[in-house]
Amino acid sequence: MGLVARQTHGRLKIKTTAQQEEERRKELEKKMKLYVAARDVCFSKRKEGVLDEEALLLTQQLLSSNPDFSTLWNYRREILMHLETVREEDDLQKIFESELSFLESCLKQKPKSYGSWHQRGWVSARMPRPDWARELSLCDRCLSLDERNFHCWDYRRVVVKMSGVAVDQELRFTDRLIGSNFSNYSSWHYRSTLLPLLHPESPEPPSPDHQPGRGSPPPSPQTNAHRVCEEQLLKEYELVQNAFFTDPNDQSAWFYYRWLLGRAEREDMISCVYVSREEERVAVGFSKPVHAQSVGLMLVLDGQPQRVEWRSVHPRLRHSPVWVCDLPPATISDIGNEHNLTVHWTEKHTHRDCALYNGRTESWCRDSATDQELFRSELSVEKTSVLQSELTSCNQLQELEPLNKWCLLTIILLMRALDPLGYEKETLAHFQTLKEVDSMRSAYYGDLCSKFMIENTILKMEYAEVRVFSISDKKLSTLCHLDQLLLVTHINLSSNELRRLPPQFSMLQCLEVLEADNNSIEDLEGVYQLPKLEEISLKNNKISKMEDLAPLASCPKLRRLDLRGNPVTQTASIQSDIAELLPSVTDLLL
Amino acid sequence: MASEHLPSEFDVVILGTGLVESVVAAACSRVGQRVLHLDRRSYYAGKWASFTLNGLLSWIDEQNTTLASEEQSKDWSALLEEGEDLIGLSTRDVSPVTNLQVFNYTRSPCLLVARSPCLLVARSPCLLVARSPCLLVARSPCLLVARSPCLLVARYQLLRECFCFSEEEVEEEEVEEEVEEEGQDQTPARETEQEEKRRKRLSYAELLKEGRRFNIDLVSKLLYSRGALIDLLIKSNVSRYAEFKNVTRILTCRHGNIEQVPCSRSDVFSSRLLSVVEKRMLMRFLTSCLDQDTPLLYQDFAQRPYLEFLQHHKLSENLQHFLLHSISMATPDTPTATALTATRHFLQCLGRYGNTPFLFPLYGLGEIPQCFCRMCAVFGGIYCLRHSVQAVVVDKSSNRCKAVIDSQGQRISCSHVVLEEGCFTQNATPTRWVSRAVLITDGSVLPSEAEQQVSIVTIPSESPVRLVELCPSSMTCIPGTHLVHLTCQSLGSAFQDLSPVVTRLFQTADSDHHDQRPGVLWCFYFNMSEGLGSEVSELPSNLFVCPGPDGSLGHDHAIAQAELIFQKILPDEDFCPPAPNPEDVLYPGEEPGTGPSHQGEEPQTSPSHQGEEPETSPSPQGEEPQTSPTHQGEEPETSPSHQGEEPETSPSLQGAEPETSPSLQGAEPETSPSHQGKEPETSPSLQGEEPETSPSLQGAEPEKIPVQPENGTQG
Repeated sequence: MGLVARQTHGRLKIKTTAQQEEERRKELEKKMKLYVAARDVCFSKRKEGVLDEEALLLTQQLLSSNPDFSTLWNYRREILMHLETVREEDDLQKIFESELSFLESCLKQKPKSYGSWHQRGWVSARMPRPDWARELSLCDRCLSLDERNFHCWDYRRVVVKMSGVAVDQELRFTDRLIGSNFSNYSSWHYRSTLLPLLHPESPEPPSPDHQPGRGSPPPSPQTNAHRVCEEQLLKEYELVQNAFFTDPNDQSAWFYYRWLLGRAEREDMISCVYVSREEERVAVGFSKPVHAQSVGLMLVLDGQPQRVEWRSVHPRLRHSPVWVCDLPPATISDIGNEHNLTVHWTEKHTHRDCALYNGRTESWCRDSATDQELFRSELSVEKTSVLQSELTSCNQLQELEPLNKWCLLTIILLMRALDPLGYEKETLAHFQTLKEVDSMRSAYYGDLCSKFMIENTILKMEYAEVRVFSISDKKLSTLCHLDQLLLVTHINLSSNELRRLPPQFSMLQCLEVLEADNNSIEDLEGVYQLPKLEEISLKNNKISKMEDLAPLASCPKLRRLDLRGNPVTQTASIQSDIAELLPSVTDLLL
Repeated sequence: MASEHLPSEFDVVILGTGLVESVVAAACSRVGQRVLHLDRRSYYAGKWASFTLNGLLSWIDEQNTTLASEEQSKDWSALLEEGEDLIGLSTRDVSPVTNLQVFNYTRSPCLLVARSPCLLVARSPCLLVARSPCLLVARSPCLLVARSPCLLVARYQLLRECFCFSEEEVEEEEVEEEVEEEGQDQTPARETEQEEKRRKRLSYAELLKEGRRFNIDLVSKLLYSRGALIDLLIKSNVSRYAEFKNVTRILTCRHGNIEQVPCSRSDVFSSRLLSVVEKRMLMRFLTSCLDQDTPLLYQDFAQRPYLEFLQHHKLSENLQHFLLHSISMATPDTPTATALTATRHFLQCLGRYGNTPFLFPLYGLGEIPQCFCRMCAVFGGIYCLRHSVQAVVVDKSSNRCKAVIDSQGQRISCSHVVLEEGCFTQNATPTRWVSRAVLITDGSVLPSEAEQQVSIVTIPSESPVRLVELCPSSMTCIPGTHLVHLTCQSLGSAFQDLSPVVTRLFQTADSDHHDQRPGVLWCFYFNMSEGLGSEVSELPSNLFVCPGPDGSLGHDHAIAQAELIFQKILPDEDFCPPAPNPEDVLYPGEEPGTGPSHQGEEPQTSPSHQGEEPETSPSPQGEEPQTSPTHQGEEPETSPSHQGEEPETSPSLQGAEPETSPSLQGAEPETSPSHQGKEPETSPSLQGEEPETSPSLQGAEPEKIPVQPENGTQG
């Protein structure tokens, strides 16, 4: 047998690009024609209300090439729902199963198609006998390809809920995902929802520093429902430290760390009741902003429920942590009488009492910020030793990575949790570094720093047991925690970088003297209905128009106003305008 | 068979199917050269080959026997023309594999005596202590201490220099042994008992029975995921013929323990060996290595030892170990510049296809040369195994090759000749050797939760040892076993170099029973010369010699050599341009776009070869022209491919492009997760497949994989 004579060949002939293009174009054209024809058939069928299997087949063909066609998915669901009414269960099971495998092929093509995932959830929920294990493994497979596919995460949550997967199994699932790539918010977040379920914080024994004599309900500022037991917490600290030491620039780990260190939300409560005999007014402070009209707020005076009208301190604050009401005239005006007030927050089953003794013009009952450790930033009241060792590790990392912003910020938070006043100097230095290394967010850091400085000043004020709040020359860029200043009579905000006194400023219901010289204030919106306010000093600010002064008209006792160094003083008719606007002002400095 | 002549004219004649030769063949064929590719062996890939266990045993045997049959070179002067000269080629490899030693530690389940039959093929002085029937084939002075019937076969006149302590006391000892073992078996069962059972389950007979499911490489290498070979596979589309598995772990041996080296970000994160500060130090060091400006950092250290550089950076002792031995794979006195270059390469390869920088081809490294052969055949290359070149015809005046004379005495004209190394008798004995050991073990050196790990272990020593451990899902060994390759630069014989490492990491038969280390079932030591290129001088200008495998881990040297040779042959041609898709190939008489046709332009001229039974085409010429390049159907015996999924009825390579085959093509997993499909575990399929099996191999019953040539049946 002779060998085959081989032709002496040259190169293989390959189609040219143009030929290929042409072929592709023709192919596409053909496909397009088919697609359009099938689409039209589907539409007309739907119009006629035909719900048959042919339509099922047609939509399948169309959707497999374009799974984002919502109308067709809707049509499909209509057909399936119709079939549900006419088919046996086994038959239906098969139909749904084939729907699932069809969806699988759609998802393979477009793993982020809204329509396909939605349809899958719909089918799984309606199936007579759903195979959850299979759905779960599908999700896992899909997430191993793209760990941030949020469609899949959503669907997975549904599957887990429907099939009742054990929590510890889910925790191991997050272990696995985090192990393969810890830059994954989804997994860390999922973890944070699982841990409190699996390792709940053991209920705290009644705290020894509980002071019952205050007439307030037993204070337990922490709710435990969202916390994790300490043993597990230590493990989590270790895990997350591994992550941020490995890659300190990855923020997902830092966010999780902040959550771990974080405190639970404070229990809802009435934090302060203030009553003024002169104004016959009651001001109530809450632990969070509320809408008083809808939370069932009730005022009881000497055992008699009162019909009062609650109003927010400023019309722009629909939700506010401070609400006021005027008592009916002459109910408490006689200084010789003693009165007992109780404010009930019926929605939360909590209340606070306040006694107005005879001979006193005002009275209050409240929790102080120091008692409640309100300002341990967002960090929890963990054992100091734990926080201290966390601070040590972070300092260690900061030595290695002196310019890492996440590390610096965490150190600041830890320092605040440990000893806000003691670490004030270091905190300010770190803020300075932060503003330099992350200049894009320097304003954010400025605001945060302002907040911490205000907190520190409140603490100092309370330790000194005075009603004077003075924070000058601290580069304040914003005001916050104003609800904590409800009882303050004198405030000094001079020489800062404030640009406005926001509506929240009107929570300072007891304010008599306001000093805010040398700022950049151009807006006085919050100086509104402050019943005791007598003096305002706003030297060297940026108040430029008469309208800006309008809110002051709502402060009945205002008699001294210093506007020197403001553009508005250049207005020609300034004297007469102010006299007209603020007739009570006797001492005007321009 | 005289009628079965090859065509008498080619552009390029290539002898040897090793990696370099195969790449040259594919490159030449791809750009239209007529290529004749021969191998005197009965299997593909030469020293780069992978064998089944049985194939390897035959091969070991053959290494000894071929020496015996030295042929006299014939007189070919009748085929010469005026002004021509002959260069005779050696008929055997002149840089052979030496110091072959086989140890068998499997226990036979029918005997309670632990030691089992053993085959020791020795070419140099050695000692065999055996406790059960053994066969010692020796070519030099040997000592055999045996406790049961043994056979000593010594060749030539060496017999009297061999000593044999015969089986006098065997009976007694054996009985004693038996009692002892039984006693031990009855001792309170611990965890080890289960392991014992497992170990005992695999007898030598069972290993041999399943032997064809092993794919044992002679050379132990890995593919750097950004190395020259991967780049070439992708560029040329040859990747479509192969599948890969990630090396999943980088391990090292430190203080006698096997530890996992944290090298990727997620490894560092989850490593329990490092403190958090060490983690930061390591990450910082690795990141700085990747920066382009590092030369500034190490300027003062460039020529100073790397170890000093690491110490200068105040890295802790274990970080130094990981960085030095496992990541740069250097020795303590390697210059810093060299080690940092290696480190950078390592890091650049990380994360392309997985958590380590390395890939391993399913079914063994022997696949790779065959993939290139396949590409060559697709473009018309002609293949003949068991077919050699006896001599090269040289034109005296121009000192250029004009033709070759093949093993059948046919004169074949050609314009270029490419030879594998070791064809010239004048070639000096190789100076550099690699020591190798191949072990079949019953467990992993570092068991883990995820069973199927492919690991590389770096073991620091005078000559650093590289250990590659392959799991069954790499399709190189059977379930319940691991295949372990050890490699180092030779200082002495392979046994001398590597057996200390083997006894340290594994239990051999003599080890303690309650040992937790994996046991060795079978073990094979040998030395192989390191191919670094030809040192033959005064070769004709159109004759090229390809180097054999070198001792390094990657393939860069081989690919660079292949490209160099190709450029000398065809200076103006592109090296392995992308092969077109089968449907884009235009066949004569075919309308564009009618799809691929397997039949060539002259199907009627090759009817007898279509679908021929393997038995009926023992001839090496059973190859087809480009019109039907049928490796599969034509020569299953020597088939380069394991594509069991490909039905024999459609033997065309053009058709052989399973869509499911994960491809290396342009794969950048960082941006497109679906490309990770090339790794079976991360197969993009959403079906509930078994994670460990590669998608495209699903249909392929491993048993049906064509067996490697059974060398023993020849001659």
